[in-house]
Amino acid sequence: MTSGRILVASSLAMAAAALAWFMFVGLPRWYGAPATTTRASAAPSTTAPLPPGRKIKARFYYVGDDGMRLVAVQRDVLFGESTVEQAREIITMQIAPVAEPLVSAIPPGTKLRALFVSERGEAYVDLSREMSSAHPGGALNELLTVYTIVNALTANLPAVTAVQVLVDGKEVDTLAGHVDLRRPLAENLAWVQ
Amino acid sequence: MKLRSLAPILLLVYGLAEPLNFARGGQTPPPAPSAPSPSPLTLLSKEGRRPIPVTVIGDQEFVALDELASIFQLTVREDSLGAITVSYKRKTIVLTPDQALASVSGKLISLPAAPLDDARGRAGRRHWLVPVEFISRALSAVYDAKLELRKPSHLLIAGDVRVPRVLIRYEIAGNGARLTIDATPRANSTVSQENDRLSIKFDADALDVALPTIQPQGLVLGIRLADPVTLAADLGPRFAAFRASTLPMDASARLTIDIVATQTEAAAPTPTPSAAPAPPPDLSAIGQAASSIRTIAVDAGHGGEDEGAKGAGGTKEKDLTLAVARRLKTAIETRLGIRVLLTRDEDKNIPIDDRAAMANNNKADLFISLHAGASLRPRTAGASIFYAAFDKDAEDQARASLGTERLPTFSGGQRDIELLLWDLAQIRHLDRSAELARILEREFHDRIPLSAHAIDRAPLRVLESANMPAVIVEMGCLTNADQEKQLTGNDFQSTLVQALADAVVKFRGYLETQP
Repeated sequence: MTSGRILVASSLAMAAAALAWFMFVGLPRWYGAPATTTRASAAPSTTAPLPPGRKIKARFYYVGDDGMRLVAVQRDVLFGESTVEQAREIITMQIAPVAEPLVSAIPPGTKLRALFVSERGEAYVDLSREMSSAHPGGALNELLTVYTIVNALTANLPAVTAVQVLVDGKEVDTLAGHVDLRRPLAENLAWVQ
Repeated sequence: MKLRSLAPILLLVYGLAEPLNFARGGQTPPPAPSAPSPSPLTLLSKEGRRPIPVTVIGDQEFVALDELASIFQLTVREDSLGAITVSYKRKTIVLTPDQALASVSGKLISLPAAPLDDARGRAGRRHWLVPVEFISRALSAVYDAKLELRKPSHLLIAGDVRVPRVLIRYEIAGNGARLTIDATPRANSTVSQENDRLSIKFDADALDVALPTIQPQGLVLGIRLADPVTLAADLGPRFAAFRASTLPMDASARLTIDIVATQTEAAAPTPTPSAAPAPPPDLSAIGQAASSIRTIAVDAGHGGEDEGAKGAGGTKEKDLTLAVARRLKTAIETRLGIRVLLTRDEDKNIPIDDRAAMANNNKADLFISLHAGASLRPRTAGASIFYAAFDKDAEDQARASLGTERLPTFSGGQRDIELLLWDLAQIRHLDRSAELARILEREFHDRIPLSAHAIDRAPLRVLESANMPAVIVEMGCLTNADQEKQLTGNDFQSTLVQALADAVVKFRGYLETQP
């Protein structure tokens, strides 16, 4: 394995990545294709401050002072035309980093990959692998992470009855070895102060 | 909220402004000749032992503040607004008559009940009764010497006094019998025979012991306290000889005395288990073949590349859970004679479903999964106990199908139904798992720091397929630096293992009262 071959291989990989970006992100933008709600490859979430536009108030969940329960915080979030769009706005804001004194139970670096809502009102929230790989562990801590997502949707969107968390596009058994994520979970406010 | 937290401070200021000194002189009065009906606290110190009378009101035990003042040289002042200031040297405790709170050197602590005015037959100034927990939660924080309240045994230990807890078990083994005596912390003992009694003398200042009731069958007639540090076992006519051996175990010293019966007598009639319908924790039943718990699955959480939570000082959850699981296995197998199956006995990652499967396939009667917590708030501390929760739909489905032998009839093949039931195997055990959690909480109380939410229900994967009562015990929070140190310490682990083993005994007792 020479350094020349490594160079060739990495430039090929970079070229492939650029082509993929062009086909899946650049081209649709060029043609102004609307974002569909059923595509697996959702647009990357933004962490920028809220752009101007219509806003609604929603409840977001963060770790309480005692570390044992979540607290609900009312914040403005961009209005979404449909349940799915509203759900995306809420999750994007819920998983974004927050400043003290708020503490988020969502592992840093977690991004929203995709979000769907089934006809039965079950939301599937597909998050990047940091949701699992950067999780600090602990059963209670993991419960707070999971119910941050579950409650953020079920408490704000009447049309969403249950939430299943997916990681990196796949169903997972647990995030860090404790909470069963094989089924959609219903709202549980017992984890909220 | 604000007003409430300020109240003790305001009262303290008033207390200082209008002092009314009611403290007695330095002379310690002799104990009251007529002891009150509830058993008194026994104060053990280098000076000896003395009773502190206890008054029970409702379910709560109270002691007289004046009594504590005279023993511990406290000054008690009461102001016109009712605040009671207890001073010791330059430290103060402020109590408020209608509040179950106290301010100890400016820090608020809670009490199980508010102080009460004991006005019985006395005129003049008020005589305050305070909950016994005042001693462990408030007084011990300001007192110079160590104060240890052992509520179950009604002992108050002051200063550096050696008072081991002594656990006695008596088992019939074949034609003979065995006495197992554990002393924690470790205390040496010597055994000698004097005529028809065996004396077991401990190298200690006093003993904290609950004496077992023994059904006499000619070997040992009873066990009593001959003096504060000596146990006496009265021997019956069938006694021939004894053999004693000692073994250090964790923080305990175990003394085993095998008692040999004379060969000429016929075997003693075995006691009928149905004779006593609801005995208190019957330690003599331990080791009998018909126990309701024969195998316990102990699951050391995480392992291998799955390290679990990490402590601030670098402790890995996977190492802690394995260390405690091994200790628990030794303790349960040797003390209780119950087989323990470890889901892992090495640093290896076991898939989560295989852990419950191992317990199911080995027909374990109990599943205890050991974990340690992590929190994003560094102050979070304390142990939590979890048992399984299912969505209501799943519970309804499973319960409906459990009543009969028929398979559920919702759409989908038979294979799906079997998978569903395997995943939901825990549902039929939920009530008993909840009881196990409650027993654990009671056994941990006063021994292991508990979190503010000591028992929680949650959809926890490892519990859901367990086909037996099952709990997760989060032993404490590794992200709290103090607790991390505690969790990795020998003393804490021994106490935890002892509490878990005691909970197993209690849970077995509970199972035996169930139809």
